[in-house]
Amino acid sequence: MQSLTTTFTRPEGLQDVVTHYCPGCTHGIIHRLVAEVLDELGVRERTLGVAPVGCSVLAYNYFNTDFLESPHGRAPALATGFKRLRPDMIVFTYQGDGDLASIGMSEIIHAANRGEKFTTIFVNNAIYGMTGGQMAPTTLAGQVATTCPMGRDTGKTGMPIRMCELLSGLVTPAYLERVAVHFPQQIIKAKKAIRRAFQYQIENKCFSLVEVLSTCPTNWGKTPAESTHWVEENLKSYFPLGVYKTPEGAK
Amino acid sequence: MAKILMKGNEAIAEAAVRAGAVNYFAYPITPQNEVGEYLARRLPEVGGVFLQAESEVAVGNMLFGAASTGKRVFTTSSSPGISLMQEAISYMAGAQLPVVLLNIMRGGPGLGGILPAQSDYFQATKGGGHGDYRLLVLAPSTIQEAVDLTMLAFHLADKYRNPVMIIGDGMIGQMMEPVEFPDSYTEPELPPKTWAATGADGRKPQVVKSLFLDPIALEKNNILLHEKYQAMKREEIRFECYKTAPKNKILLVAYGTMARICQTAIDELEGEGISVGLFRPITCFPFPEEALYAEATKSNIETVLTIEMSMGQMVEDVERVVARQRPVKFFGRTGGIVPSPEEVIQQIKQILASGQPTKVKV
Amino acid sequence: MKQYEVTMAGFGGQGVMVAGQLLAYSGIKEGKNVVWLPSYGPEMRGGTAYCTVVISDVRIGSPIINNPTACCVFNRPSFDKFAPKVKSGGLLIVNSSLISASADRTDITQILIPANQMALEGGSVRSTNVAMLGCFIAATGIVEHKTMLKVLEEKLGAKKALLEINMNVFDAGYHFGISAVGERSHA
Repeated sequence: MQSLTTTFTRPEGLQDVVTHYCPGCTHGIIHRLVAEVLDELGVRERTLGVAPVGCSVLAYNYFNTDFLESPHGRAPALATGFKRLRPDMIVFTYQGDGDLASIGMSEIIHAANRGEKFTTIFVNNAIYGMTGGQMAPTTLAGQVATTCPMGRDTGKTGMPIRMCELLSGLVTPAYLERVAVHFPQQIIKAKKAIRRAFQYQIENKCFSLVEVLSTCPTNWGKTPAESTHWVEENLKSYFPLGVYKTPEGAK
Repeated sequence: MAKILMKGNEAIAEAAVRAGAVNYFAYPITPQNEVGEYLARRLPEVGGVFLQAESEVAVGNMLFGAASTGKRVFTTSSSPGISLMQEAISYMAGAQLPVVLLNIMRGGPGLGGILPAQSDYFQATKGGGHGDYRLLVLAPSTIQEAVDLTMLAFHLADKYRNPVMIIGDGMIGQMMEPVEFPDSYTEPELPPKTWAATGADGRKPQVVKSLFLDPIALEKNNILLHEKYQAMKREEIRFECYKTAPKNKILLVAYGTMARICQTAIDELEGEGISVGLFRPITCFPFPEEALYAEATKSNIETVLTIEMSMGQMVEDVERVVARQRPVKFFGRTGGIVPSPEEVIQQIKQILASGQPTKVKV
Repeated sequence: MKQYEVTMAGFGGQGVMVAGQLLAYSGIKEGKNVVWLPSYGPEMRGGTAYCTVVISDVRIGSPIINNPTACCVFNRPSFDKFAPKVKSGGLLIVNSSLISASADRTDITQILIPANQMALEGGSVRSTNVAMLGCFIAATGIVEHKTMLKVLEEKLGAKKALLEINMNVFDAGYHFGISAVGERSHA
């Protein structure tokens, strides 16, 4: 008889708890990718996470690392303060699109521009999730949200903000990549990007940010399956995947 | 150590370094810029962190992150900048983070002016940000006292795991006086900072937060905070009485630089045979309630006169304490105008003559 | 002396702030209480930057002095602003190189000193402030001549050539002050 072996387990970096995320939401996948990377790099015990305000506000209950719970949008400022005093630790912020690209725009730009040596996981699902589906700075043109019920009118609200493109305009070296997690091959690529981002931090090279296109079936009003296709057909075409900047200069 | 002549802003900066606080985050604003300028040179010498942030909003939040390491951290600013930090101050109070903030107060509201004022008393002592919290508030009146209180502030912040604010008017920041730093600085031992985020190495993850979605947990946190504030009231009251005597009919109440101006008025009146005393709160929160009540209700005291560089803020605490036992009068100037000793004398004489202070003529 | 207050006023670059600080340092050296309070902010950009120094044998109350015992005015706007404020019986020292006026007051002592000219003759117009300071100390005896020299050496001693100019101009101002008020026992 063939002996049974364990081939898939919960990473050390995650706690053994049930999350509050909605069915079909990809926060769970992204959490897991980060946790796996922390495990593989062997840094979990010296890692600090900074949770945002938004759906992932309770991330500190799910990760098995020390955590700070930040005011809305200010995670990069908290991370700056912490990392400057503890450069020996590994620090990451985990932020949504409202948190990072709206109220926290100033903090993320200045942290990136100072080249703070922490990693940001930027989860972009083009909507405010926790507050109930309002328009986000990354909501697509024509996309319906509770505060743009006729669809986003870009004549009045501007075009959705592309954070990787915007940040890549800074001269300070950084690692910026946009990935997605709606299909298995994308998940594999996303993990590679997250690992690379933490690797740059471990080497004390530069600020690193991985933008992850995510889903929000609840507020998009779609099934989980429809949502993955909506990422493929709509989000991905406005927010092209790829490496936007590396500290080495080449993309 | 010998006395050296130092500007208030620089003396406070050096005092922080001497107290082992070598991590500073700030944004420039008049009239306290000398603090940052001094520390930009000084902190690298002692292996500390100096960072000029993009805004005071960021400063407050950098402090949150930095204080979570368990190391001593601080900022300095002036009124409008302190307003921008209120978000983080509330969060830090809720998360029980020790941090020291200096407000070199200037005239408001709004952009106001840059000259000295005491119009942030409410903001400092009554909350400022949202939620049920208090700061421990210290108000120096000389540069030496600013040095001593700054060093004490870091100890008290750690002792109570609470933000401590030092309020000085613009003159405390700008004037120079001789100061003496202790040759070696020691303070009572405090428990280890087991609450700090240092990495979940061999222990459960540590979370530094002010979020308590469960109402029972949130109320518990509020009760815990309240108990700390009660402990401060028992243990941290500081005040000074100047020439309080049985023949006085009037008791002045003033803090910070305003108290010194009152001292000059008192000394000059003494030369004219008029005896007046002064009660000076050094802690504005906790307010020295019992001590003030005892002074104000002595049988010889007929009137309590509060003098501030504001339209009347601390006077509300004085009224609360004296609680109709004695008439509480008020005199104040604002906008950067500082009541002169002559004006204070005039107010006192007016009260002695008619029982009423005079109106300010602008 | 129980308490003495002096306002130094001029335009930016004339060294009024430094003159006040040098005086304050001297006060500390002699074991006195001192306060130095500057004007700050937009005032610095206009015609009159000023500082007030209080030197006292007792604890100093108000750092703000509306009517000082003495004023040293370095330029015309300062003269206009501060000459009327000198306490009755006090002292007004006027930089006559730049101010062709004297106060219409008989209740104070006035000394008109060509401070810029003396500084120029001594080697640098930037030493105007120590000429004024020398004159002030001679006229008041608020701190001793030798204390001030020691402070000049400590604070300005880094550049030897500059220190020498300052020492000489200070002495010139001092002797001008002595002859203006007559020989004093402390000199």
